[in-house]
Amino acid sequence: MHRLKAITALGGTEPRVDQHGPITLSEKSGFALASVAARVGGTKATTMAIKRLTGAPVPGPGQTNGTKITAFWTGPDQWMLEAPYNSHEKLFEQATAEVKGKASVTEQSDGWCRFDLQGEGLSAVMERLCAINMHNFEAGHATRTSIEHLGCFVICRTKTHISILGPRSSAGSLHHGLLIAIRSAY
Amino acid sequence: MIINHPILGPRDSAEFTYMGDAALLDRPDWQAKDALLQFIDYGYLRDNPAGPHTELWYHEQGDRSFLVITRDTTTHEISSVKLASDVARGRGRSK
Amino acid sequence: MSQINRLGGGQIDRTKTLNFKFDGKSFQGHDGDTLASALLANNVRLMGRSFKYHRPRGVLTSGSEEPNAIIELRDGARQEPNTRATTAELFEGLTAKSQNKIGSLRFDFMAINDRFSNFLTAGFYYKTFMWPAAFWERVYEPIIRKAAGLGSISFENDPDEYDRGFLYCDLLIIGAGPSGLAAALTAGRAGAQVILADEDYTMGGRLNSERFSFVDQSGADWAVKTVAELASLPNVRVMARTTVLGAFDHGIYGALERVSDHIAVPEAGKPRQILWKIYSKRSLLCAGATERPIAFENNDRPGIMLAGAMRSYANRWAVTAAHNVAIFTNNDDGHKTATDLHAAGVSIAAVVDIRQNAPPSQDYEVIAGGQVVNSTGRLGLTSIDISLPDGSRRTLPCGALGMSGGWNPNIHITSHHRGHPVWNEEIAAFGPPDNGPVGLSVAGAALGNFTTAGALASGSSKANTILKNLGIKENKLALPLAEDAPANMTPFWYVEGCSRAWLDQQNDVTVKDVKLSHQENFVSVEHLKRYTTLGMATDQGKTSNMGGLAIMAELTGKTIPEVGTTIFRPPYTPTAIGAFAGRDRGTDFRPTRQSPSHKWATEQGAVFVEVGMWLRAQWFPKAGETHWRESVDREVVATRKSVGICDVTTLGKIDVQGADFCYIPQQNLL
Repeated sequence: MHRLKAITALGGTEPRVDQHGPITLSEKSGFALASVAARVGGTKATTMAIKRLTGAPVPGPGQTNGTKITAFWTGPDQWMLEAPYNSHEKLFEQATAEVKGKASVTEQSDGWCRFDLQGEGLSAVMERLCAINMHNFEAGHATRTSIEHLGCFVICRTKTHISILGPRSSAGSLHHGLLIAIRSAY
Repeated sequence: MIINHPILGPRDSAEFTYMGDAALLDRPDWQAKDALLQFIDYGYLRDNPAGPHTELWYHEQGDRSFLVITRDTTTHEISSVKLASDVARGRGRSK
Repeated sequence: MSQINRLGGGQIDRTKTLNFKFDGKSFQGHDGDTLASALLANNVRLMGRSFKYHRPRGVLTSGSEEPNAIIELRDGARQEPNTRATTAELFEGLTAKSQNKIGSLRFDFMAINDRFSNFLTAGFYYKTFMWPAAFWERVYEPIIRKAAGLGSISFENDPDEYDRGFLYCDLLIIGAGPSGLAAALTAGRAGAQVILADEDYTMGGRLNSERFSFVDQSGADWAVKTVAELASLPNVRVMARTTVLGAFDHGIYGALERVSDHIAVPEAGKPRQILWKIYSKRSLLCAGATERPIAFENNDRPGIMLAGAMRSYANRWAVTAAHNVAIFTNNDDGHKTATDLHAAGVSIAAVVDIRQNAPPSQDYEVIAGGQVVNSTGRLGLTSIDISLPDGSRRTLPCGALGMSGGWNPNIHITSHHRGHPVWNEEIAAFGPPDNGPVGLSVAGAALGNFTTAGALASGSSKANTILKNLGIKENKLALPLAEDAPANMTPFWYVEGCSRAWLDQQNDVTVKDVKLSHQENFVSVEHLKRYTTLGMATDQGKTSNMGGLAIMAELTGKTIPEVGTTIFRPPYTPTAIGAFAGRDRGTDFRPTRQSPSHKWATEQGAVFVEVGMWLRAQWFPKAGETHWRESVDREVVATRKSVGICDVTTLGKIDVQGADFCYIPQQNLL
C-alpha cells in the first residue's frame, strides 16, 4: 500500500513563500479550475449559468467577478471558474450540470500553477514581467498575456494583490522569473 | 507594433502570431468541379502587395481570437481590425 | 596635487576623491567626473589611437557623440571594448585601457600606417586585396582585422544580468535639457503620464555646461530644482542614465537604462542594464544639438576638441585640457568658450574667427578673418599655424584648441522610419523630416532653437500642443528669464587647400578621401558613405557627416540640400548585446517544462533529456552501472519480466466537445 503525499507545483509539500523588500511572493495550491466555453447559440444560457454559480454578474472582457466561486473572462464567450479546492472539489461537475449542454466545460484543476504577488509597489515588479499597462490595471481586472514566454492569466485582486496563473509544468521557470523581477525592482 | 484588439483594446503585436493572408478564411468547396485548381491556389498562391494587405493574426498569448487586420506593409499602419469570427459570420458562415 | 588641469567651481564633489587606473598608471579624480574629464584633469590628453592610421588621439567631445576617446573599460570578465571615455562615469577602482595599438599608447608600432597614408586612402582595401580571390578569407581579412582592430573582448562569460521591462505613457520626452525640462514641467503639471529620459547621469543638458543660461539664476540650479519637482509628481517618471535608442512602430520606443554602470559591480540581484520598451501616445524629441568641427590640416591632434565640449569641461567638470588655449570659430558661440575659460583663469592664446566682423574682446586677442591652417605636436597639440587676413602666416603656441563650426540638431530618431532630414538654411544644418515617426514632435535645439529662451519656449509650447491633442487641459508655464542672443554664424566647413584634414576621426576619413571618392565618381551620398566609410563608425558620424557633405557639394557644384544626407538607424548609441538578450540566456533562454513525476524521477537519480521544452527522464542509473546501456538494458529486462511505467505527460491532449464534435477529427485527421 502506497502512502501518497501531495506536492505543490514547485515540488514542495508546503507552498513556497518568498519575501523580498516590500513584496511577498507566495505559491498557491488548493484551488479548483474549470473552463466554460459557450457553444454556438448558448451564450445567454452560459452567462446565466455562470451568474448562478458565482452569485455575481458575468465578467466582461478583461474582468473578473464572483464571491466563493469567481469567474474571469478568457476569450469571447469563454470564462474560467476558480474556487477553493476543499469546498469545490467537484467544480467541474457542478459547472457541467449548470450549463445544461449549452457550453463545453473542461477540468483545468492542477493544469495551472498560481503565484500571488502582494505588497506596496507591485507596478515596479509587473513592468519587468509583462506588457500590461499598470496605470489602469485595477481590482477586478484580469487578462492573459505573456510572462517569461509563458501564456499567463494575470488577475488583479486589489491594488496590492495580484495573482498570476501559469502552466503548471513550467512552474519552476515562472517562479524563477518572478523572483528575478522582484529582486531587480527592489 | 500595436494591434487595437476589437475587444481588448491596444495590445503589443508580440502577443500575436501572424497567420498569413486573410484569404485563408475562404476555404474552397471540396466538391466543386475545379476543386483541385482552387486548392492549389488556396494552398500555395499568396499576394505580396506593397501597401494595404488583409491578413490573419492569432492572439495566441491573449484571448485566443483570430483577427482580420488590414495593414500597410510599407508603413505598418493598421487601418482596420475585426474579429475573424465576425468576418466569417458576415459571409454567412458559422451561424 | 596631480590634477594640474583642475579649475575652480564645477559640479564635482571635491570631498570624494576616486582612484582609477588608465593603461596601468594610477590617477585620481572626483565624484561627478567622467573618465575623460578626470584624465584631462590629470593632464592626459592622449587617450587612444585612430582606427586606420593609428594617429594619436584625445577627446573631441564631452558626450556620447565621441569618436576618439574609445577605451576598454574594466578588466576581467567585465571588460568592455569600444566604450567612450566621455560617458564612462568615474568610480573608485575604475580601470581602463587604451585600445587599437601594438606596443604602448605613446609608441604604437602600427603608427607606421600613417607614413603610408598615401596608399591607405578610400577604397584601398577594395583595390588592393582583389587578387587572388582565395586569399581574402584566409590571408587578407585576418591581417586587416588585426591591424584595424578595435578593442578586445575578454572571451569570458559576462557575469552581469540584464533585465527588460515595459512602460506606458501619454508623453515620452527624449532629452532633459532646457526644452525637455520645460516640456516635462508643462505636461507633468497638467497631469499627463510623462516619461522623461536622458542619457546623462545629471539632467539638464547644456544647462550644466553654460554659465549664463538664465538672467537671474544658474542653469544647473534651475535644472536641479525642476528635476526635483518632476520627481515629486506621481504622474512623471524621471529616468536618468537612460538612452532612447530607437523609434519603432506605433509609438513604441526602445530605451536602455544603465542601472549599474556607474559602480564597480552591480548590487546583488540587480541588473547591469534594463532595456525598456516604452509605449507612448505621443513623444517629443528634445535631444539638443551636436557641435561641428572644422576641417583643417592635422586637426586631429590630442588637445583639439569642440569648443562647446571645452566649455562643458570647464563649467561642469572644472577641467581644462591645457592652460593656454586657442579657439577657432565661425560663430559667436565659440567666443563664449574663450570668455568662460578666461574667467576660470585659463590663458587664451587667441580666438581665430573666420569672420571679418568677429566680436572683439578686451580680455584676449581676437583674430578676425583668420583661419587655422595647420597644427603641430606629435602626441599632443603644441602650436597652431594661422593664416591672417593679409595672407601672412603666424604660429601660435597653445596646448588646446577649441573648434566651433556651428551646431547640428540631434534628429537621429526622426530618421528611424526612413524620413529624410530637411535642410534648414537659417542654421545651415539639417532639421527633422516632415515624415518622421507618427506621434513624434521635435523641440528645442533639435528643432534649431539654439538659445536657452528659444529652447524653453519651444519645449513648453510643443508640450501644450500635444496635451491639447490628447484632450488634456493645457498649462501655460511661467518660464525663467533666459539668454536669447541670436547665434550669428557664417557657414564654414573646411580650410581651403587642406588634405589630411579629418572629417570622421573614428573611421579616419579625411578631406582627401572625399575628393578621391568624387574623382572616382562615388558622388551620391550613399556611395560616398560606403566608399570612404564616412559616418559608418560606432558614432554614426554624429560629428563628421556634415563636413563630408559640404565638400561633396562643392566638388559637384551643388548645394548641400541637393547633395542630400544619409539617414540614421537605431540604436542611437552602441548598445551591449547582453541588453538585447536580457534574461533570455543560458538555461533561462526559454521556460523548462517538467512532468508530474519530475520530482520523483530526480530523487531516483534520473538522467534527463530535453524534448522540446520538456525534461524527460531517460534512464535511471543504479550504483555500479558505468554505461547508459547497462541501465537501459536492466530497465528493459525488468519491464519484460514485470511491468514498467512511462510518464508520457510530454505528449499533448486535445479535448473535443460539442454537438458536432465527431466531424472535427474527421476533417482534420484524414
